[in-house]
Amino acid sequence: MRAAANPPRQDVVIDVRGICTRFGEAVVHENVDLSVNAGEIFALVGGSGSGKSTLLREIILLQQPVSGSIRVFGHEVVGMSDEKALPLRRRWGVMFERGALFSGLTIAENVGMVLSEHTDLPPHLIREVAAVKIALTGLPADAGHKYPSELSGGMRKRAALARALALDPELLFLDEPTAGLDPLSASGIDELVGGLREGLGVTIMMVTHDLDLMWRVADRVAVLGQGSIVGVGTMAELSRSDDPLVRQYFHGPRGRAALEQAWNRK
Amino acid sequence: MPPDSSAQLTFLTPSPGTVASELRCCGIWSTHTIADLDQRLAEVDWPQSGEIIVDGSGITALDTSGAWLLHRTVRQRAARGCVVRVQGLRTEFAALLQLLTAREIPPEAPIVQPPPWLERVERRAWSAVAGTQGYLAFVGESALALLGVLRHPRRLRWRPILHNVQTAGVEALWITGLLSFLMGIVIAYQGADQLQRFGANIFVVDLVALAMLRELSPLLTAIIIAGRSGSAYAAQIGTMKVTEEIDALRTIGVGAQELLVLPKVIALVIVMPLLTVYTDVTGVLGGMVMASMKLDVGFDVFIDRLDEAIQPSSYWTGLVKAPVFAMIIALVGCYRGFQVGGSADSVGAQTTLSVVQSIFLVILADALFSIVFLWLDL
Repeated sequence: MRAAANPPRQDVVIDVRGICTRFGEAVVHENVDLSVNAGEIFALVGGSGSGKSTLLREIILLQQPVSGSIRVFGHEVVGMSDEKALPLRRRWGVMFERGALFSGLTIAENVGMVLSEHTDLPPHLIREVAAVKIALTGLPADAGHKYPSELSGGMRKRAALARALALDPELLFLDEPTAGLDPLSASGIDELVGGLREGLGVTIMMVTHDLDLMWRVADRVAVLGQGSIVGVGTMAELSRSDDPLVRQYFHGPRGRAALEQAWNRK
Repeated sequence: MPPDSSAQLTFLTPSPGTVASELRCCGIWSTHTIADLDQRLAEVDWPQSGEIIVDGSGITALDTSGAWLLHRTVRQRAARGCVVRVQGLRTEFAALLQLLTAREIPPEAPIVQPPPWLERVERRAWSAVAGTQGYLAFVGESALALLGVLRHPRRLRWRPILHNVQTAGVEALWITGLLSFLMGIVIAYQGADQLQRFGANIFVVDLVALAMLRELSPLLTAIIIAGRSGSAYAAQIGTMKVTEEIDALRTIGVGAQELLVLPKVIALVIVMPLLTVYTDVTGVLGGMVMASMKLDVGFDVFIDRLDEAIQPSSYWTGLVKAPVFAMIIALVGCYRGFQVGGSADSVGAQTTLSVVQSIFLVILADALFSIVFLWLDL
């Protein structure tokens, strides 16, 4: 059943131990360890090509690491069969970087399809619940009838989030939730991500470049660099880190601007 | 009541001394229970006015679907003129309900009714007309692009042309050759029985050679190429349209016609006559094999007779069709690709259409050729 019912538990939802990934000769991950606690918003950052998205894909069973262990909700997912993975997959929702909405279905059908696959709700309730999810992500009511190709990039992102939320997941994976959005839509996503955690008690793991988003909502951030985790902690802790890769990330011109803004808000 | 029992619902009409009716909600209100709850809510005998207290203190789990049901009930009653108060919810559930209340949620996404049948017929008719117009316009644009290239021959892109010659021609040799060889065998075999009855075994040469050269080998080649290359053109251009590559080309200042359509048309116009000659040979070869096995017409006799059976005109009438078929296939394939509208389904639909329409038009053109050749007495 749902986690929302319970007060935030301090147990570990995702536990990654000693992950190694290689594509042919290229080493992507070398002994990556990280853990995400229940009810927290966890951000994974790193430069382009540092293997953030690969790690995410390994956690959600789209790709296999060469060695290591990944436990989600206490179940080992490395080498798990599709059949065994189904109950797990129902407990998490994934929002892909480019939306990955089914282009032949309307937005409401995209959301409703997940519901009709996994629940036995009657059609009118599926339509209602789909409309609720669409409204939750801040899309206008008439967006439900539109096809993904008729929406703007920002709206598509929200629609993808609505589909990820269809089954009220306990765990939400967001791949670049604000990439390619205008500042206004991006801060809308910030609020939404924060609101989801408050209202639904969801654990959120996101891969992002957006320093503003991290300052605003992330509880903990892990920095991936040169194949392993070079720093984990709150944004405030990381901004004081001495690690050159972390410093490079948080004290570049953009990092500094976001830092100043974050301090001004406080 | 045990804390994690499934959803419960009790409706209490006002007891004497109180004015408010009360709706007690207990248990788990989630996606898995709302179907049942929805039914029971519909069966409640709601008061027409007055005060309703929704007591949520017994709710042990609430997700957005459950919250929606609660929210919808409150909203419906309030709209009927009742005063509704929600009380006793846990703070996190109240926050969730607040999340929904803060947003404007349509009561139910209305179902779009399909238009009446007469209107559908009208729409289809118009789309057929528009399709024809669009196709003609596309042919016109391609012709203009060709003129432009002819005026500045340096702009002709040889690389994609040669690439298309390779994929549509050289790589198709095996399949076209095999199929026409088999077709030659089939024709000789079908004719063998009839010819033997009249002792006219030698005429198998006329049968196979005329059928292959005049009709079958250009048609067979066209059908294979439509299925092999025409569909590939539609799918390639269609996918490029979905990923906005066509728009990117336009912004770079490269005409999509020039880069994508012309090389394909030119390559097919080069390749199809060559393939037709090749399938002429393999088809007749198939007939020869069958004739020597079934009709005792040896290879040397067959080739001697071939000289008398066919005139140059039988060869040319077949060959002249090939470039026309090539243009039909390449243009229909490319046109269908450009008609793709943004979705994966649309790529599939247009690819199918490209094959169906190009084969249809090829056979239509073949019939027209027959009429013209009849007039010309060829």
